[in-house]
Amino acid sequence: MRLLSAFIVGLIFGVGIAISGMINPAKVLNFFDIAGTWDPSLAFVMGGALITTFIGYRFVLRRPAPVIEAKFLLPTARDIDARLVGGSAVFGLGWGIAGFCPGAALPALGSGKWEVAAFIAALVAGIWVARMAQARGAPRATA
Amino acid sequence: MCDRIEGRDVMTGLETAFTPLQSLAGGVLIGLSAVMLMFLQGRIMGATGILAGLVTGTAPGERSWRAAMVAGMIAGPLLVLAVTGQMPAVDVPVSLPMILVGGFIVGIGVTYGSGCTSGHGVCGMARLSPRSIVATLTFMVVCFATVYVIRHVLGV
Repeated sequence: MRLLSAFIVGLIFGVGIAISGMINPAKVLNFFDIAGTWDPSLAFVMGGALITTFIGYRFVLRRPAPVIEAKFLLPTARDIDARLVGGSAVFGLGWGIAGFCPGAALPALGSGKWEVAAFIAALVAGIWVARMAQARGAPRATA
Repeated sequence: MCDRIEGRDVMTGLETAFTPLQSLAGGVLIGLSAVMLMFLQGRIMGATGILAGLVTGTAPGERSWRAAMVAGMIAGPLLVLAVTGQMPAVDVPVSLPMILVGGFIVGIGVTYGSGCTSGHGVCGMARLSPRSIVATLTFMVVCFATVYVIRHVLGV
């Protein structure tokens, strides 16, 4: 039940990423290239996703618990610190260099393009190194 | 990328079509999947958390559903191919070193920043989380600046 629901949720996400154009780094980079070959499509992806999630969460989070798990597992961190801002800035830098973000790259693996596999390998290496560095320093949970 | 040899305009090879309707529809599906995951498992739909849990997760029960979700994600474009007869375009306009360096940097950034476009940009913003709003504004602004510098200052 848990596996099937996770697969279906992933499938809907993957279809969404695919038909929205988020799956295409050329399109993503063009969204960020206002001074050049600008393609504003990504604003519609973000808009559609945000409005749907905003409305959907209002109804879902009103329920006492989710269907499969015992309780909602929402992030509890509240502090806006250097780690959050610095990490996000570093992410923005990498996104601008490669054109892929993690949520777009995973479905893009289905295209069979070797560039996607190369990105995912480097991404996983980066996550692993950062996790190791965090484990050596002050231990802290990451969402 | 910057092909002057054949006398074409420098930008021609980079252009992509403006697709407001498909993009909006795809965005709604992304949102729908986020709402479904919250409804079913009570979790934030964040690619960073799903991938990190899959890579560095300890409990096997935590890994299996994430693996199933990633399998579903990968099946997404294949389903589009099966229905429409066409694989969605995945054009990578950057070199292999840029893919590898960018990918590694993204991995570091999303780990320290506790999320990416899906987790902060969609789910966190939809919850009006101040952390996610700050994170999203930060990575969007830095990404705009990075693409500007790469394409218009360095001319890569």
